[in-house]
Amino acid sequence: MNKSMQGKTIEQVNASLARRYAKDRRFRRLGLAAIFSGLAFVLMLFGSIVSNGYSAFGQTYLRLNINFDPQLLGVAPLQNGAGYELKTLQQGDYGALVKAALRAEFPEVKSRSDLRELYSLISSGAPRDLQQMVLSNPAIIGSSQSLWLIADDDIDMVVKGYINRKVAESERRVNDQKIAWIEQLEAKAAVARQFNTRFFTNGDSREPELAGIGGAIMGSFYTLLITLVLSFPIGVSAAIYLEEFAPRNRWTDLIEVNINNLAAVPSIVFGLLGMAVFINFMQMPRSAPLVGGLVLTLMTLPTIIIASRAALKAVPPSIREAALGIGASKLQMVGQHVLPLALPGMLTGAIIGMAQALGESAPLLMIGMVAFIVDVPAGIYDPSTVLPVQIFLWADSPERAFVERTSAAIMVLLLFLLLMNLVAILLRRRFERRW
Amino acid sequence: MSNTALIILLLMLMAAAYQLVKLRSLAVVGGASGIRQLNSLPSFYGFYALIWCGLPALLMVGFWSAFEGTLITHLVTANLPEAMQALDPGKLGLIINDIRNLANNNITASVVGPELRAAADYYLHLQQMSRLALAVLVIVMAVVATAIIWRRVNPQLRARNRVEVVVKWLLLASATIAIFTTIGIIFSVLFESLRFFNIIPISDFLFGLSWSPQMAIRADQVGAEGAFGIIPLFAGTLLITLIAMTLAIPIGLMAAIYLAEFAGKSMRAYAKPFIEVLAGIPTVVYGFFAALTVAPFIRDSGALIGLSVSSESALAAGLVMGIMIIPFISSLSDDAINAVPQSLRDASYAIGATQFETVRHVILPAALPGIVGGILLAVSRAIGETMIVVMAAGLSANLTANPFESVTTVTVQIVTLLVGDQEFDSPKTLAAFALGLVLFVVTLLLNVIALYVVRKYREQYE
Repeated sequence: MNKSMQGKTIEQVNASLARRYAKDRRFRRLGLAAIFSGLAFVLMLFGSIVSNGYSAFGQTYLRLNINFDPQLLGVAPLQNGAGYELKTLQQGDYGALVKAALRAEFPEVKSRSDLRELYSLISSGAPRDLQQMVLSNPAIIGSSQSLWLIADDDIDMVVKGYINRKVAESERRVNDQKIAWIEQLEAKAAVARQFNTRFFTNGDSREPELAGIGGAIMGSFYTLLITLVLSFPIGVSAAIYLEEFAPRNRWTDLIEVNINNLAAVPSIVFGLLGMAVFINFMQMPRSAPLVGGLVLTLMTLPTIIIASRAALKAVPPSIREAALGIGASKLQMVGQHVLPLALPGMLTGAIIGMAQALGESAPLLMIGMVAFIVDVPAGIYDPSTVLPVQIFLWADSPERAFVERTSAAIMVLLLFLLLMNLVAILLRRRFERRW
Repeated sequence: MSNTALIILLLMLMAAAYQLVKLRSLAVVGGASGIRQLNSLPSFYGFYALIWCGLPALLMVGFWSAFEGTLITHLVTANLPEAMQALDPGKLGLIINDIRNLANNNITASVVGPELRAAADYYLHLQQMSRLALAVLVIVMAVVATAIIWRRVNPQLRARNRVEVVVKWLLLASATIAIFTTIGIIFSVLFESLRFFNIIPISDFLFGLSWSPQMAIRADQVGAEGAFGIIPLFAGTLLITLIAMTLAIPIGLMAAIYLAEFAGKSMRAYAKPFIEVLAGIPTVVYGFFAALTVAPFIRDSGALIGLSVSSESALAAGLVMGIMIIPFISSLSDDAINAVPQSLRDASYAIGATQFETVRHVILPAALPGIVGGILLAVSRAIGETMIVVMAAGLSANLTANPFESVTTVTVQIVTLLVGDQEFDSPKTLAAFALGLVLFVVTLLLNVIALYVVRKYREQYE
């Protein structure tokens, strides 16, 4: 009977095995599917950003024959005939040069409204470029030159293919006439895409073709500088105190719980704090990297403290005992032995904290860093914006050309983040020690 | 003298004080040969001087800069003509702004009268006086302190102990900044909220069913009474959080289980960091992705099957937020699963369970508290998330459970109420702080519960 029972159990088990293995396989496939969907999300995100944004690194230019006619410019030569006065050169009507060149290129265009259309082929930033040319070399006045001038964003979009030339005129932003002009220019090889250096040097602008992330990058730089200068020393000191000096009591427990909680407080609440304390109470300037840096310092401190404590914990007690044993004071022991060994870990934590701060935008909206700022900031008191906030601002703009610029700005931001994380990983690899 | 220049000068003074007193300590004992008579190393005498030279002066600079602005504004206001001072605070604020702009050579909002010109001159004058006074005060403080220390240097001075006491206090002060941050958050949010509850009763705020924070400029305006009921905002927040969690929990959890229990070493080494990339992407990027790619896609596919989907649907924001949350859930669950002792697995396999059965009946129950803690942290993160919803969710406060409609969230309203110019006293602005208070309290509660659960559970297997 015992034997038959055993046989029965085995039979039961064997009979159920196929079902159980099938269940196991199904579960495995589900897990694999979860991982692949995670990877798919990463690829989708990057794919969408890169495919939208890569074209912003090129900008359409149109070639025109510019005649630097002094009369059209309205500049008068100096009395002695040796050149022109600086002031008249600065105030010259450079727009008239562009208009004249366009009229010469398309002599058949006559009516006022058509001319206005024609003039809008070229960006409103082109006259400024001509002015810069003349100011750096006044001798070109009077000469005629074939120059590449920056095209308007609509033209840029047509040339890049974002505005479909085939669809009906009523369904696209650029009318047939303009497209005919572009095609005429293309036939003469007078349309070209060049590397978009303005995108990296300019500040913000209402004209997409003139807008750049230069101002935002400098704003981010100053903000992060303040954040680093404040949060790294303070964070490391706090970690040293908590790890090496603090007695175990209620007070230090409270500090610890506090730090853990602060790490999970929504970032926008830090923005409210910054607005109430720094802007309204201390009357610090709005939109300044100084205030942004202070807010981000408070926000990244918990990250840095937690990472620094982990780095201090990893230093074995024997190092401490050896230092104390040969007569070092506790502070000398920490400063000369423990801290140098823990520093790479702390730096890694600081870089990760900085990467977080670089990507943060919500608290900065509260302290006025969303303003439209054209000038590239030159210091920590100048009004400025930061890269993520610039992305937010552009994402709100209706022009089609801002979509590619937003994506390109995101690519730059992600590149910075990638670099920072790489440095952190390399630091960890290079200095990590197993005791 | 600007603050930057002053601080640079002060740093130079500190370096000089260090060097002077260090040399002095050696001179007192007759050169390097007498160094054994000194109580501490010469550099500690230097540091002692450096601390006394720099620390009080730097504190003074900080203190001065914090209160300079308020004080000058106050003095300028007191000096304005009576008629201007009698204006209500909002208009007075505008005038003061103009004075400031005038003093900084910026463009002013209104026509500049002689009173304003005089006030701006007075403002500039005060500012210059204040800067000059600060510079003189700080330099005198630094020099006098150094001189006193210089005179007091003798072999018996216990310089190292004194330096160490100061350094220890500095370390402690750094550690308490976390506390002050929390106190600062609570006070700044609480005070404004209390002022808000003076205008709008707290019961209307917590239980009101409509949200339209328009305060009328005139009393007889249409819709003069703003409604400040938080329920629709909370419903919107919860709807979006729910959508996010429905996406993130299965994917995150399954990914964590697979990586911890089934995947080979190389798969774990590559797939894990790849998924964690999602955690490092700034939220503004997710917001752009939601608004540019996901929302139109959902709207168009909805239109294909005849559904009318709002272009700012809760679904788009929720799904993208879910993608953002996946790495949180997966890495926290991963920690919890890895903390389950190997002996439990071995026991389960030994009685013939398949891997699925082991996961289902042994590992998941054992890791559950850790996983729940992780999910709670993720929920708190989703509730506090701002940029995705600001860019992809709507502004209209609909009380609905339909994911295809547009809803708004607490964080979106805080941003819309506070971004741009605002009067600091209007209920609209104060309402943002009340929302901030609610947000802070809710996320704090979630975090405390989550940390408690996680910690409690960790002790179990240690």
